[in-house]
Amino acid sequence: MPSITLLGPQYRDPNLAAALRERGLGAGPFVSISAGWQEREGELDELRAHVGAPVEDLRIYERTEDVFAADRPLRLAHRARQARLQEMQELYALRLDHAKQAARELFDREASPAVLLPARRQAIAALRRLDRAHLFAIRAVHQEFEQQFEPARRVVVAHARAAVLRALEPTTGVLIAGGHVAVLVNRLRLLGASEWLAGRTLFAWSAGAMALGESIVLFHDQPPQGGANAEVFDAGLGLLPGVLPLPHAQSRLHLHDERRVAVFARRFAPNACVTLDHGACLGFDQGALRFHSGSFQLSRRGLLAHPESAHA
Amino acid sequence: MHEALRSLLSGGTPDHERWRAFIDGRTLPLVDPSGVTFAFWGTADSVHLRSWISGLPTAQPLERVPDSELWVLHLELPPQSRIEYKFELRRGAHSEWIIDPLNPVTASDPFGANSVCQGFGYERPDWTQEEPLARRGTVDELRIPSRAFGDDRSLRVYLPARFRRTRRYPLIIVHDGHDYLRYAALRTVLDNLVHRLEVAPPIVALVDSPDRLREYAGHDAHADFLVEDLLPALRRGLPLEDTPDSRCLMGASFGAVASLHAAWRHRGVFGRLLLQSGSFAFSDIGEHRRGPVFDPVVRFVNQFRAAPGRPAERIYMSCGIYESLIYENRSLLPLLREHGIDVRYDEARDAHNWENWRDRLRSGLSWLFPGPLWMVYE
Repeated sequence: MPSITLLGPQYRDPNLAAALRERGLGAGPFVSISAGWQEREGELDELRAHVGAPVEDLRIYERTEDVFAADRPLRLAHRARQARLQEMQELYALRLDHAKQAARELFDREASPAVLLPARRQAIAALRRLDRAHLFAIRAVHQEFEQQFEPARRVVVAHARAAVLRALEPTTGVLIAGGHVAVLVNRLRLLGASEWLAGRTLFAWSAGAMALGESIVLFHDQPPQGGANAEVFDAGLGLLPGVLPLPHAQSRLHLHDERRVAVFARRFAPNACVTLDHGACLGFDQGALRFHSGSFQLSRRGLLAHPESAHA
Repeated sequence: MHEALRSLLSGGTPDHERWRAFIDGRTLPLVDPSGVTFAFWGTADSVHLRSWISGLPTAQPLERVPDSELWVLHLELPPQSRIEYKFELRRGAHSEWIIDPLNPVTASDPFGANSVCQGFGYERPDWTQEEPLARRGTVDELRIPSRAFGDDRSLRVYLPARFRRTRRYPLIIVHDGHDYLRYAALRTVLDNLVHRLEVAPPIVALVDSPDRLREYAGHDAHADFLVEDLLPALRRGLPLEDTPDSRCLMGASFGAVASLHAAWRHRGVFGRLLLQSGSFAFSDIGEHRRGPVFDPVVRFVNQFRAAPGRPAERIYMSCGIYESLIYENRSLLPLLREHGIDVRYDEARDAHNWENWRDRLRSGLSWLFPGPLWMVYE
């Protein structure tokens, strides 16, 4: 049965092998997607040693580099699209900063509940509208790019995609590693991954897990520079709707701050915001949560709850 | 005086046994939000606190508690302060400087070690201490010929963890590199900040000088060495990004002067500077009073202040509030900003020492070379 298993970071005390066994797939063979590692793509020694079964990398990063080298118009169009998205992101971040500041001040303010509570709700609603509008605009840019340049019909892309499909054939599961989430999702999107990954048995961790959702949200509550505003960054592959994975949540988010947790959960609802720290494991079948360990869902009341409700 | 010590003394003159019981399980000096109480037990004719806080006397006497061998001094010390000190003991004609025997916290520098008073609220940043999970970079030694100096120069090169020749890296050239490694934990700091994704993985060239007070004092040959000898050698052997905004000069004290001078002499080469407690002495009129070793520094800084131009696009500066150089550093700030340079400036309640410079590295490095914190989830 097609299934998706989300995991926490794998570089210390990995639990991927245990998750494979849990799914009855310990023997493999597997393919991996390590495009998020960029120039280190395909360095699988540690992964293979841990899994103890054959693993071949799909070399998505390398294949898309080859595509860009061979198809100059596509490369230029891709670059222009990224520049446009970057510009949109900057404008969104500017608006977000003000909207977040307003929300913060309202949550700090003391006033009669009858006045204050609706104002706070409206501040969260304003954030949600801003996020949705930004995601909508991003999707429109992707759609325009698809329609205008039809990557799937271009010869080099079709060849790369065919090679990926051949590599996928003998395998029992796809292992999607973390890394640079923008690189990962962009390269996967270019090769039409949402189609060829759909229905397969997937094991994804960190950025790999983020890429599978409907939207990608970047977050950090205490960066050394700049604001700490979580921001909608891109559309995901849409293979696991309704779930917003939060890798390294313990170190990146103030999970003990109930107000912070509540605002985060409400802002991104109806998505289930689930933590993916070391040792975490969430198993979905047909989009429904089947098992979980070491993961928590950010609740609207500001608490960390068991992720029973984290399903599509 | 600290409340605990006041309470001890209110019970009468303490003998050694009571004193031992008092300090058991306590860390000295005693700090509270209002300040710090230093204490010393021992036989002496006088005991002085020797510290290096601009604005305060360098020697302040501890008072002897009558009929005991306990010596005490209370100082106002704002929260978050950090000061280094020694005790000076006088016994007859003999004088000796010692670290505080009851304070386990010390800091080292090229001249030895000092005791450290960590004021109320100060905590050593966790990113300055080895993180078990952080991957380690490497440090190798290199020797290159120098036409500028007419000799060979040794340096160390830090390569970040997971270094790959297929990737290009920003370059940071660090003055007094060996001291930064030994006294400011630079290698650990780099490993941690790269591991935390807060700083883009850099290649770091750690240079040293056999005569730093001369070569770092606005010395043209040193600037030429960096640009005409070192940079080409590094470029040949290492995968550098090799654009001005990916090249940084860094240093503290005279090392900051050398950094600013080299960037100013070779404009357009270095887009980033990290300057800590720069010895930017100058004279608006008349002679300066910092001694002959500062003569070339003052000459350079006076020239620089007259025509700063844009030695770099982005400069990070820091200085301790308890340094005499705070005036010079503060006064440089508006000058740089007037010339369109993007400057970030941090002050700390600390003095002219390596741990002050260590504690500011995260702010400086992450601002000059921000890492992929928002994008990478491993």
